[in-house]
Amino acid sequence: MKPLLIRGGRVIDPSQGYDAVADVLLVDGRIAGLGSGLGAPDGAEIVDARGKAVAPGLIDLHVHFREPGREDVETVATGARAAAAGGFTAVCPMPNTDPVTDNQAAVGFIVKQAQAAGAARVYPIGAISLGQKGQQLAEFGELVGAGAVAVSDDGQPVVSSHLMRMALAYARAFDIPVADHCEDPTLKANGVMHEGLVSTRLGLRGIPAAAEQIMVARDLLLAELTGGHVHLCHVSTRGSVELIRRAKEKGIRVTAEATPHHLTLTDQACEGYNTNAKMNPPLREAADVAALRAGVKDGTIDVIATDHAPHHYDAKEREFDDAPFGIVGLETALGLGMTELVQGRVLTLPELIERMSTAPARVFHLPGGSLKPGSPGDVVIFDPEVRWRVDPTRFYSKSRNTPFAGRELAGRVVRTVVGGLTVHRGEVA
Amino acid sequence: MTERFLGKDLLGLEPLTANQIRFILDTAEPFKEVSERTIKKVPTLRGQTIVNLFFEASTRTRISFEFAEKRLSADTVNVAAAGSSVEKGETLVDTARNLEAMRIDMVVMRHPSSGAAQFLAERIRSNVVNAGDGTHEHPTQGLLDLLTLRDKFGRIEGLKVCICGDILHSRVARSNIWGLLKLGAEVAVCGPASLLPLGIEDLGVTVFRRIEDAIQWADALNVLRLQLERMHAGFLPSLREYNRVFGVTVERLEKAPREMVILHPGPMNRGVEIDSRVADGPHSVILDQVTNGVAVRMAVLYLLAGGRPELAEAAKGSGGEANE
Repeated sequence: MKPLLIRGGRVIDPSQGYDAVADVLLVDGRIAGLGSGLGAPDGAEIVDARGKAVAPGLIDLHVHFREPGREDVETVATGARAAAAGGFTAVCPMPNTDPVTDNQAAVGFIVKQAQAAGAARVYPIGAISLGQKGQQLAEFGELVGAGAVAVSDDGQPVVSSHLMRMALAYARAFDIPVADHCEDPTLKANGVMHEGLVSTRLGLRGIPAAAEQIMVARDLLLAELTGGHVHLCHVSTRGSVELIRRAKEKGIRVTAEATPHHLTLTDQACEGYNTNAKMNPPLREAADVAALRAGVKDGTIDVIATDHAPHHYDAKEREFDDAPFGIVGLETALGLGMTELVQGRVLTLPELIERMSTAPARVFHLPGGSLKPGSPGDVVIFDPEVRWRVDPTRFYSKSRNTPFAGRELAGRVVRTVVGGLTVHRGEVA
Repeated sequence: MTERFLGKDLLGLEPLTANQIRFILDTAEPFKEVSERTIKKVPTLRGQTIVNLFFEASTRTRISFEFAEKRLSADTVNVAAAGSSVEKGETLVDTARNLEAMRIDMVVMRHPSSGAAQFLAERIRSNVVNAGDGTHEHPTQGLLDLLTLRDKFGRIEGLKVCICGDILHSRVARSNIWGLLKLGAEVAVCGPASLLPLGIEDLGVTVFRRIEDAIQWADALNVLRLQLERMHAGFLPSLREYNRVFGVTVERLEKAPREMVILHPGPMNRGVEIDSRVADGPHSVILDQVTNGVAVRMAVLYLLAGGRPELAEAAKGSGGEANE
């Protein structure tokens, strides 16, 4: 492996509060140096990063790769490749595959598929319950032994409060977070979008904000009871943000994530029955978007995660009621963050990198998220200014379901490096 | 082709202007007379092919459309979801493409999913008439209710109309709200709060919690059908209690400060949302609504085919005017 010297970029490493024009040296797949005027070792590849940003590779704690089960929609390999194209060097696929990733062999399969892909690192999330049926705990110890970094029944809420309590308590032995998709199924019922004025006008069945908040409140109480670490997936309402903020003030072990789409879109995106605006949790109202942004700013929301959810185009080319929930997100996340949050003056660029790299590594106890010497050689180089237009036909993901098609975004990945190897090179603008 | 007064499709009353709605109502006037003739047929849509695509059971609306089409001399085909390729798993987009391939001119569709009419309209060149999509809109029902009110009061502007019952699940309510508001009526809704959608006040309507208050306020009540299955889904305790608390009864109407007009889109649950003595009584314009339904649908089909409102009178006599 040739050493890699990245020269003259704006190096941003939130793990050590670093933000300066400098060089980064990678040797043997790890960070070997950070500073100005670093010399190139013999045989090193030199990357001119002047005018570019250089940061620890992005980490996405919430993706769906559909393998095994729906390889026509996404595989571990295509998902990891799409991740690399989006500047992500590590991703955590959810276990709602078919069959469910609820045992050590299934986790091992995903790890093996990821190794063959040679793109972003893949750290699987195991199921909380066998078959995600919400009845019996999966073998957390064996899941972790095979490579799982967290457990979740995502796609489904953990309906039984007893089972959630046991999961939080039992997970403490392995120091892994229990990630919950917060949704009261009786309130969500057959809802298809946020319940509010827009759903009333469109005549679409609504999902009230309370459906999420009830479960957020429950999970916070159970985390307090057990001392376990609860990680709340894709928080979408202002009420949830407030509950989490108060819980953190009390010292409850909670972390939370928000998606780029919940930070940038409202339920008005469903106008015209746009099935690419159908997600779960649903897009909410402007006041919710504002509260999520404030939560990401002040750290109440620790992490930005995509909830990358590929679907076949036939599945979205349906009546709104019948279309599946979810959108792809890996290849638009950085651009949306740069455009809406950084240029929109919600976050500084170092804060965005912190929420998309350093914080995710901390929350799931993953290597990476840092440019300190000795850290994994996982780096993203991107042009923070250049503007580009989202063209889903050019996605590396197998799926095209995005509401951001045609949107002009700032911030384009120039190069993604995993373990010292370049796994993605951006097209010249 | 002449200027279109309605655009390609009729998907709802929300996207229409007040003038467009008035055009349709005005155009319906001359078509009323066609149905009173011995020979109830004019050649206006001769040679046009219309498909009535019904994914949900319907008697009144389907028959009303079919009469409207036949009295305009269109060729019609009825497709019901049961027994069709839909039951074999065909998607709506494939159904639409296949119909289009047969070179049809218009589709009249009833579908259980909100937005289905728009979905279809965006994917085929033919005109699409929404005959009810989920809980979204039922524009021709809204129009025939407007026409009936206009017949009765001579105006819509300034009228106080209260829509009563299950607003949450009602496409009739939504079309009525848009149509009435655009034509300058005051609109209220009344029903159990469990059957009122969130944010309904923001549409510009008043909410009455008690039917007695609505009767004190209104010039006309549009009484919606209460779907019997709502009880099982937990929206209300029982039909008996609904009738006692929210039913439109003679006793309640007797306390009205002025002459009250009662509309109902049908089919009625006698003794639930409306008492028989009200339905059959002097306040009721329920059968006028049904009669007007045919005229309004003739007007919509005529206008979508490119007909001009001012020529509607002439169109009754001579063929081909709609397609010059």
